[in-house]
Amino acid sequence: MPKHETPMLDQLETGPWPSFVSDIKQEAASRAKNERNVEFQIPEDVCDDLLGVLELSYKHGRTHWKHGGIVGVFGYGGGVIGRYCDQPEMFPGVAHFHTMRVNQPGGKFYSTEYLRQLCDLWEFRGSGITNMHGSTGDIIFLGTTTPQLEEIFYEMTHNLNQDLGGSGSNLRTPSDCIGQARCEYACYDTQALCYDLTQTYQDELHRPAFPYKFKFKFDGCPNCCVASIARADISFIGTWRDDIRIDQEAVQAYIGGELKPNAGAHMGRDWGPFDIQKEVIDLCPTGCMWMDGKELKIDNKECTRCMHCINVMPRALRIGNDRGLSMLVGAKAPILDGAQMSTMLVPFIKAEEPYDDIKEIIEKIWDWWMEEGKNRERLGELMKRQGFQKLLEVTELQPDPRMVQEPRSNPYIFWKEEEVEGGWSRDINEFRKYHQR
Amino acid sequence: MDYAEAKEKIISELSKKKGKTKFYFNDLAKILDAKPRDAKKIVNQLIQEQVLEFWSSGSTSMYGLKGAGKQAGAEGE
Ligand code: SF4
Ligand code: SF4
Repeated sequence: MPKHETPMLDQLETGPWPSFVSDIKQEAASRAKNERNVEFQIPEDVCDDLLGVLELSYKHGRTHWKHGGIVGVFGYGGGVIGRYCDQPEMFPGVAHFHTMRVNQPGGKFYSTEYLRQLCDLWEFRGSGITNMHGSTGDIIFLGTTTPQLEEIFYEMTHNLNQDLGGSGSNLRTPSDCIGQARCEYACYDTQALCYDLTQTYQDELHRPAFPYKFKFKFDGCPNCCVASIARADISFIGTWRDDIRIDQEAVQAYIGGELKPNAGAHMGRDWGPFDIQKEVIDLCPTGCMWMDGKELKIDNKECTRCMHCINVMPRALRIGNDRGLSMLVGAKAPILDGAQMSTMLVPFIKAEEPYDDIKEIIEKIWDWWMEEGKNRERLGELMKRQGFQKLLEVTELQPDPRMVQEPRSNPYIFWKEEEVEGGWSRDINEFRKYHQR
Repeated sequence: MDYAEAKEKIISELSKKKGKTKFYFNDLAKILDAKPRDAKKIVNQLIQEQVLEFWSSGSTSMYGLKGAGKQAGAEGE
């Protein structure tokens, strides 16, 4: 018999998809049984009360959570998000229901042992409910009380070799794709760079002094598995400078049907025989591929590294050998003036330890944004407000055609007097010789 | 400005503001009349000494004098 009747939540379970309601009910039942005799440090019926307060919110059409709070672990300004319920008498189990963000391991690699340790800790000192993973990438622990925070933090940092992630006006937990650990498309070691920057910028991660949130995301190639281009203030996207490597024999094997396109990923249906013209060449966004007799040709200087041809024929086409990454800046979700994708700032940079060139650019961007950014203004908004030219100035980068999305989309280049030979003054008599009044 | 002076200034300026107990980092940097990076060092030390405390909505962070304004249990009243 559930503690609260939840007819509206029950309806959510009737759809075709797995339901979070069923998950929470399952955890509620498991806590009630407590087969492993866990000494729960927060109310045993926290999950029941969570369902109860959610049902009430649906009934009232309004939230019963208060906004924010003053909770955290000592010295950290992020990683804990205070949540208090405004119906604590009805739902004492969720009177405090704080969220903790845990810095996920690089590439989200876990051992089952480590996962078990996390879950055991969270059953013991929290609600047992997790979110794997939040959209920033963190492991999210949902729901605990204030006295548990330091205990959990101690256990994580001392025994699980783990840290809290970022929240608030901080550098958020950097997140990366699986990269060279498993993926042959990776143009740099995403996990090495992600880890290095996480360590270098611990202060920025834990002590909020930015105008708003700031995100780093690392994709090993333009397939963008962590969607860095859509979500990060700085997206680090792997790329290469030289030519796509072509194995002409393997190209023929794809054409002849011996190799399955897309490594067999779309085999659930019969698409007919593979047609290289239709499925690869005609879909190249820059039209830089063609067949010359039996040879596949690529005009590499026109290629934008979109990855399409490589994804379709991974055995025949490989990323180049001169690898590094592009840095794009200013992506954000749609809170103010719509969603924004990130903009090319550094077309190519080598990703080699100790990454000093990369850090130099990051810090110049921060210096500008920390000085000029308004409260709650993302980098992408500051770029719009003060202009891309200003960003080039503060990062001391030269303009490059690859920064232009398409011709004429941003035709206004303002010259400064010192950039123009002879400045603004001219000999008016000389000018009048050629131009009438 | 040395640390003791900065601390005085923050405490007196923040206690002056009537009806407002949470401040953005930028507000503190302005009071200190310092570059963000220098202001951050001072603000961090004020947190360590528990003169200031963090407030967070999850997306934004703010600072307040410890114990001032609405406290944990009484948010949003
Ligand atoms: S982003 Fe590229 S390198 Fe990283 S996992 Fe995806 S396909 Fe592989
Ligand atoms: S990576 Fe994209 S742009 Fe480059 S050759 Fe292949 S399909 Fe064309």
